[in-house]
Amino acid sequence: MTPYLLLAPGILFLAVFFVVPLGFLAYQSLQSGNIDFGYSFTWAWGNYWHAIRDYRAQFVRSLEYAGIATALALVLSYPVAYWIAFRGGRWKNLLLLFIVAPFFVTYLIRTLAWETILSDNGFVVNTLQSLHILGPSGRLLATSTAVVAGITYNFLPFMALPLYVSLEQIDGRLIEAAEDLYASKLHAFLRVTLPLSLPGVVAGTLLTFIPAAGDFINAQLLGSTNNHMIGNVIQSKFLEQTDYPAAAAMSFILMGGILIAVFLYARLVGTEQLTGTAA
Amino acid sequence: MSAVAVERRERRNPLAGIWAFVKRNVLTVYSILFFVYLLLPIAVVIVFSFNNPTGKFNYTWQGFTWNNWRYWDGVPGIRSSIVLSLEIALVASLVATALGTAIALALVRYSFRGRASTNILIFLPLSTPEIVLGASLLTLFLNLNVIFGFWTILIAHIMFCISFAVVTVKARLVGFDRHLEEAAMDLGANEWTTFRKVTLPLIAPAILASLLLCFAISIDDFVVTYFNSGNRITFPLFVWGAARIGAPPQVNVIGTAIFVIALTAMLVNVLVQMRRSKGAT
Repeated sequence: MTPYLLLAPGILFLAVFFVVPLGFLAYQSLQSGNIDFGYSFTWAWGNYWHAIRDYRAQFVRSLEYAGIATALALVLSYPVAYWIAFRGGRWKNLLLLFIVAPFFVTYLIRTLAWETILSDNGFVVNTLQSLHILGPSGRLLATSTAVVAGITYNFLPFMALPLYVSLEQIDGRLIEAAEDLYASKLHAFLRVTLPLSLPGVVAGTLLTFIPAAGDFINAQLLGSTNNHMIGNVIQSKFLEQTDYPAAAAMSFILMGGILIAVFLYARLVGTEQLTGTAA
Repeated sequence: MSAVAVERRERRNPLAGIWAFVKRNVLTVYSILFFVYLLLPIAVVIVFSFNNPTGKFNYTWQGFTWNNWRYWDGVPGIRSSIVLSLEIALVASLVATALGTAIALALVRYSFRGRASTNILIFLPLSTPEIVLGASLLTLFLNLNVIFGFWTILIAHIMFCISFAVVTVKARLVGFDRHLEEAAMDLGANEWTTFRKVTLPLIAPAILASLLLCFAISIDDFVVTYFNSGNRITFPLFVWGAARIGAPPQVNVIGTAIFVIALTAMLVNVLVQMRRSKGAT
């Protein structure tokens, strides 16, 4: 009896304000009509087809930007997670604090700071222009580079922390054993360290990819309308155009797209890794 | 073990030693550059809180001033947005931690039917994009004709904080020794006294961690709040509105203040942990 009493209030809250709303969202996504005359449920599957037809570019871009940003975050943070795990010593906790430090600055303010850094007269653009990497009128703001860079930065700690946790748990003697058995450093890394850190790679990838695919803040603040992601469309359909059925349908397509991407990824790395971290 | 490692290192030829040295330092240098990259935007936020912009845009450095800090609430609406954010974060973190701690206790200490599905229900909000969380709640409130405002924001924040609370408390409860509770009961304490005198002090650090995490997540949230706020404005919503017309330096002041407070709390925590682990060895 006791466990159910403990569970009841929280589970009830999640049921009413998480599960039921998803049901309402599904219901809304199959309605037709408009805001002035009201919406009615008509099994309007057309909402889904129209959303895919009209906003395919934004859907593809969301998955593309999120995918690139996730890969970048993995490559950027793996060496650092490794460094902290194996060379951090008693400074580990302090270094981890540096990793999560960006989270202590409000998300929007962090992104605005990147707007300042990448701005047209800023240090970065000037340097790139004097190196002729950017043309004299070239800019970084309002480009896909800026949006992907912003997403990468904003979700970096989500990647670095799980990587660190899985690397930290590796028994150093296993790596020594591999080297004693005449594996080169590289070989020992590829055959021992990397496979053992795979749960962290999987967890970090999912924790980065899922929020990144639904993000619209970076595209809004650092990009132009050419860089808009599906989050921007959902947001504007819901809150500006009040086209609720279309926006609801898009939300489900986004979730479907993420599920498919996660499924393909699971096939790639092996399902045991995925369920191993989920459990 | 370390003696063996040293011996082995010495037996290698000197070239390999140098290569290992360089390689070790490459990693260190890279890590330092990584931290510079990670902390650069934070430095920009802090520096530009002292900027004295001439126009509306706080993008280029114009000159040093204390005025933004002295008149931190000099922009209309900023003070009320901070007050609202603090109120929501306080109540949401308290309620979510209470609900989450109860769920975590049930999950760790009892085996019962529906345990697996409870775990999934906790896991799902964490793996749903924020925009979908916000949009689905908005649809619920719209369909039930609920008036948007303080309560809808609060409900939204409690909803996405519960899972974080459960995960945080659960992580600290795994090493929990049930024998201590049994001992208290054997010594004649009833269930409530046992909970108050034994269980609660043991899980207090977990509860505190959950409170802090929920508070931080709540005060930072933009997306879900944006969908469910009606015409109320939290601090992140204020920043969003201000960004469209050029954010005033006061936004950087508040951002810096939140950063410094959070960092101090975490630093104290880390230093205490370091001292404790040093004392243990």
